[in-house]
Amino acid sequence: MEPISQAEKQLTRKSSAPGFGQFIRAVSAIIWKDLAAELRSRELLSAMLVFALLVILIFNFALELDASTRAAVTAGVLWVTFAFAGTLGLNRSMAMEKDRGCLDGLLLAPVDRSAIYFGKAVGNLIFMLIVEAIVLPVYSVLYSVNLFNPGLLLVILLGSIGYVAVGTLLSSMAVQTRTRDVLLPVLLFPLVIPILIAAVKGSTGFLQGVDSVDIRPWINLLLVYDVIFIAASFMVFDYIVEE
Amino acid sequence: MESKPRMLVILDVITSLLFLTAVGMVFFYAPLEAVMGQVQRVFYFHVANAWVGMLGFMVAAISGIAYLRKGDRKWDIVGLSAIEISFVFFFTAIVSGSIWARGSWGTWWTWDPRLTTAAICELVYAAYFLLRQGIEDPDRRARFGAVYAILSFISVPLTFISIRIFRTIHPVIIGAGGSGAEGSFDMSPRMLHTFIFSLITFSIIFADLLWHRIRLGKLAEEAENLRLKTLQ
Repeated sequence: MEPISQAEKQLTRKSSAPGFGQFIRAVSAIIWKDLAAELRSRELLSAMLVFALLVILIFNFALELDASTRAAVTAGVLWVTFAFAGTLGLNRSMAMEKDRGCLDGLLLAPVDRSAIYFGKAVGNLIFMLIVEAIVLPVYSVLYSVNLFNPGLLLVILLGSIGYVAVGTLLSSMAVQTRTRDVLLPVLLFPLVIPILIAAVKGSTGFLQGVDSVDIRPWINLLLVYDVIFIAASFMVFDYIVEE
Repeated sequence: MESKPRMLVILDVITSLLFLTAVGMVFFYAPLEAVMGQVQRVFYFHVANAWVGMLGFMVAAISGIAYLRKGDRKWDIVGLSAIEISFVFFFTAIVSGSIWARGSWGTWWTWDPRLTTAAICELVYAAYFLLRQGIEDPDRRARFGAVYAILSFISVPLTFISIRIFRTIHPVIIGAGGSGAEGSFDMSPRMLHTFIFSLITFSIIFADLLWHRIRLGKLAEEAENLRLKTLQ
């Protein structure tokens, strides 16, 4: 009995391990492709960054961010900025694939379709995190607010994951329609409202030093949203890129 | 082309009769509410409208799943029909709720969880129509529509929960109400009869309209096919 079961174990390991390894390889190849393209052209990140800084500048005048208002609205301003800059990045990253026929190439590659989704999503997440990593210190300096709070960074990470998970799926949908870029925010914003509410509330909580018991529901909501939407996107992505 | 099925004609008649009875019950059978007065009568159709709105969105999500699994165009027509009907009913629910809120809370609109969720729900399905409009290929339109209907149906409850974590003032007539609810009341038996009757009536109205709309969808598809045939 013993050797047989061991052999079986080895067999299953052999058949499953290369599949998973291949999947990871495919995902990282797509991420690497996006990063390399961005490193050479620098069109996506620079556009997102300049746009994000402009939004913060506009908020400065629109809300007259003096010390007292700042404490209350910082989280809101940051998340609106991230959400807007995020749509810009999502649109561009998918339009790039579509315009030059890269998407067809990707679809022809002998990899699982979900590897394409995860590759694009992680790539988009990296771009979004880079933008956030630059915007946060700039905001801290300009408005002398200390944003280096581990809790806040966790909320931003979780929020960005959920935003990108839905955003990547919807941008691959929007790019195949007639109205393209215009459609993405219209499709995306109503669906990510839970993320935005939870992220803004969680961030405000951490910035104002609220008791962690009161912040936990928001963190939980972010986690639940992330898990549900990554799973749902994983399941339906096949139908979106099907030709 | 098939003529209108006899069952549908019968259903039409039953629906109209039920609706007239429901209107009669709301105005003459249900007693006048002591605190809020006449404006409380909105409640019966308000909840029934909101219920039909939710029902339609659920039907759309289920037919979305069915379409993705089976690939049968019939499910796409069902999904689109359900959303079109629900969109209108949900809008009526918002407007009637607004009328009630003016009388009871003294304002047309507050950012309460249910109100906000209802508004977002309408926007989600407005986006659904925009998405469909932007796609010419019918297969792709059906697939994207199904995916978006499913995603929205997952997202809208989460929106509700997220806003629910704030305090709510919307009365909860059925089930345990929050202590902060304003304009709440206990239903007398006659009120309960009227309420249940309205719910059932509106569900049947939904079924009737859905049947009509699905028939229309199938005829439109037939017409489209004929047009393509003559062009070739």
